[in-house]
Amino acid sequence: MYSVNYHRAASVTDAAKLVKTGDAKLLSGGMTLIPAMKTRLAAPSDLVDLSRIKELQGVKVSGKTVTIGAATTHYDVARDEKLKKACPALAHLASLIGDPAVRHRGTIGGSIANNDPAADYPAALLALGATIVTNKRQIAADKFFKGLFETSLKDGEIVTAITFSAPAKAAYEKFRNPASRYAIVGVFVAKGKDGVSVAVTGAGDDGVFRSKEIEAALAKNFAAAALDGVKVPAKNLMTDIHASADYRANLIAVMAKRAVAAANA
Amino acid sequence: MSDVSLMVNGKRVNGTAEDRTLLVHFLRENLGLTGTHVGCDTSQCGTCVVHVDGKAVKSCTMLAVQASGSTIVTIEGLANGADLHPVQAAFKEHHGLQCGFCTPGMIMTATDMINRHPEGLDEATVRAELEGNICRCTGYHNIVKAILAASKTMSKASKGKARQAA
Repeated sequence: MYSVNYHRAASVTDAAKLVKTGDAKLLSGGMTLIPAMKTRLAAPSDLVDLSRIKELQGVKVSGKTVTIGAATTHYDVARDEKLKKACPALAHLASLIGDPAVRHRGTIGGSIANNDPAADYPAALLALGATIVTNKRQIAADKFFKGLFETSLKDGEIVTAITFSAPAKAAYEKFRNPASRYAIVGVFVAKGKDGVSVAVTGAGDDGVFRSKEIEAALAKNFAAAALDGVKVPAKNLMTDIHASADYRANLIAVMAKRAVAAANA
Repeated sequence: MSDVSLMVNGKRVNGTAEDRTLLVHFLRENLGLTGTHVGCDTSQCGTCVVHVDGKAVKSCTMLAVQASGSTIVTIEGLANGADLHPVQAAFKEHHGLQCGFCTPGMIMTATDMINRHPEGLDEATVRAELEGNICRCTGYHNIVKAILAASKTMSKASKGKARQAA
C-alpha cells in the first residue's frame, strides 16, 4: 500500500470538508477499498473514515418506509428485527454477503458507492425502486447505477442513506462463486404497488440491470411456473472464467424462478 | 504517522504507526502479539481474525488507525492464565488442528460465532459461519466437531452462571 493520510470524520459535514483534501477517498467498511489499496489498484492521498459517524448508522422502519443509514454494516442489516418484518428479502440478502468477518465491517453505502457488477445490494435497490440519499440530493436507483463500478455520484458526494417502500412480496436468490462468494448470477424479485420488478446482478456486461423478459412474464402471473420457457437473451451478458454468457442467461431464469417461489412461500 | 490507542487483551496500549499500517502488522510488530497470523493477506483465509469491539474482523483488512479507540481481543487474550478458553480446550480435545497455522483465526471466529448463537449451533450453521476461514490440513471435520462441543460447554457454563445469579 502506498502512503496515505487518514482522517476520521465526526459528522457528514466534517466528512464533506475533509474529502476535499488532496486526492481523498471516502472510507466506510473498507472491505473493497483496503484490498484495492494493498494491491495498488487504488492509491488515494487521503482517506476520510465515515464508519464512526453515528448519524449514518441504523435501520428505521416507519409504516411501509424503510430507511437504512449508509454506514450500517451488512451484519446489522441482516439481523435487524424491524427490517426482517418489513422486507425479509433484504435482510436475507445481507446475510449472504462475504463471510461473517466481512459482514461485521462492510456497509450498504460503501457497497453501492463502489457498484461492483457482482455486488448484491444494487440488485435489491434497483428492484425495490429505492432512493439513494446523499448529502446533496436524492437519486433514484435506476439513475444511480451507471455501469461497472460507476455511479452518478459526483466527486466528494456522500451517500447518507437508502430508503424504499416495503414491497408486498420480495426475494433474492444468488448463485455464488464458491471461492469469492460474489454472485455469478443474483436475482432480486419484488412485487409492489407499481407491479413486478426483477433486477439481476453478477451477469450484466454493464453491471446491474432489470430483466424485461422476466418482468413481462411475472406481471401476468406472479408464479414460478410463469417462467417456464422464458428465455433471457445472452446478449450483453458477461463471459468470464466462471461462466459463459449463455450459462448466465439460463441461470437468470433459474434464479428468478427460485426467487418467485421463495417470495410466494 | 498517527497515534494509535487501543485496549488489547485488557491492557491499554499506545503507539504511533504510519496511517497505512494494517492492524495485523501493528499487533504483530509493534505489540509482539504474533499469535495473529497473516495468511493470504487478501481477506480470504481468516487466519488474521481478531475481535474488534466484540466482533470478529479480518485484521489484514483494517488499518491500525481505523481501530484506534477500540477494544481488541487476540488469541493471546482468550486463556485465563494456564486455563485454556473452552474453545481452545475443545480444539485440543477434538484434534481441531494439524499444522496450527489457521488455528488462531479459527478459534477467534469460533468464539465470535458461539457468542452470536447463544441458542446453540448445528453443523450446517458452523460450516456456513466458517466460510471466511480456510484450513489446508484438517478437512474441517474436527474443527466443526470442536466448535459444536465448545458451544455446548459454553452454553452450560452460562446457564450455570445464570442459575447462580438467580
